[in-house]
Amino acid sequence: MRQPIESTTLTPLQRSLLNDYQQGLPLSATPFADMAEQLGVSEQQVCDTLAQLQQQGAISRVGPVFRTHSIGASTLAAMAVEPAQLEAVAAIVSGFDEVNHNYEREHALNLWFVATAPDAQHLARTLRQIEQRSGHEVIALPMLEDYHIDLGFELQWT
Amino acid sequence: MDMRARNILDQPLTVALDPLDQQLIAAIQRGLPLVARPYAEVGAPLGLAEEEVVRRIEKMQRAGIIKRMGVVVRHRELGYRANAMVVWDVPDEEVAELGRCLSGFDFVTLCYRRPRHLPRWPYNLFCMIHGHDREEVLEKYRMLIARCGLEEIPRAVLFSRRRFKQRGAIYRPQSDRPKEA
Repeated sequence: MRQPIESTTLTPLQRSLLNDYQQGLPLSATPFADMAEQLGVSEQQVCDTLAQLQQQGAISRVGPVFRTHSIGASTLAAMAVEPAQLEAVAAIVSGFDEVNHNYEREHALNLWFVATAPDAQHLARTLRQIEQRSGHEVIALPMLEDYHIDLGFELQWT
Repeated sequence: MDMRARNILDQPLTVALDPLDQQLIAAIQRGLPLVARPYAEVGAPLGLAEEEVVRRIEKMQRAGIIKRMGVVVRHRELGYRANAMVVWDVPDEEVAELGRCLSGFDFVTLCYRRPRHLPRWPYNLFCMIHGHDREEVLEKYRMLIARCGLEEIPRAVLFSRRRFKQRGAIYRPQSDRPKEA
């Protein structure tokens, strides 16, 4: 895992790009030039700084966040894995291209992952394959209703 | 209370996606290229003009398929080392109201109703809380209980331990790009 970034080392431009552009990326021909103008820097500085933040792992991408279930099929899923086997099972789960998040959590159901596929059939097949290869039951907990409006996340610098 | 809570999610999706939309989704799901004319660059291999790319993205935003366009941050790398999935066993008829209450707080980054899986999993309302450390997350958790009146609701707090994998979802396979680990 990458080292966390100390927020005290972030420049004002980095902070602004991280916090103020989580939504509303300009849909003009030149979005980064538009942002540069708002920020009083050059287009090249905006692109370079975003690329650098991406390389450091502070941002995963500049682009769309899709609404769950609006395209493709996805689900949260959980497994109960003996501690001694957890790392090996987690590696099997992470090895699937369809799995995008995979975390250990503090519960008897201790391995939690999100799987996404082009359609429901593909998703069901993936979950079955994970069960077969890991030898553990997968409990699927698909989203039924979304109450959250995603406007990004207000970062608090410490 | 944050004004983000207003619910526009009940609107049905009324837009149909054609094959070019699907290809466009495949091309942008991992992010835009960080170049002067990103929409032109994305459109070129698909035979889509820059304005057409923008028009299709706008259409998907209006339809709610794209929730937002912008910088997608990774919390842990930015000092948000603690995150908890907080789950509640709420009477079915109260889920929507409580879900809207929870999602009104800006530190709640996801809030979903999901099925129970009895007997092992009795919880039907899920939310995610991020914080710099465990105590900050617990403080926010206690605030949710007090402000949404959840004192009597059975619940569990599942802090994350190890992160084995985190990246954006891939909705459409795209064979000409390298696979991520």
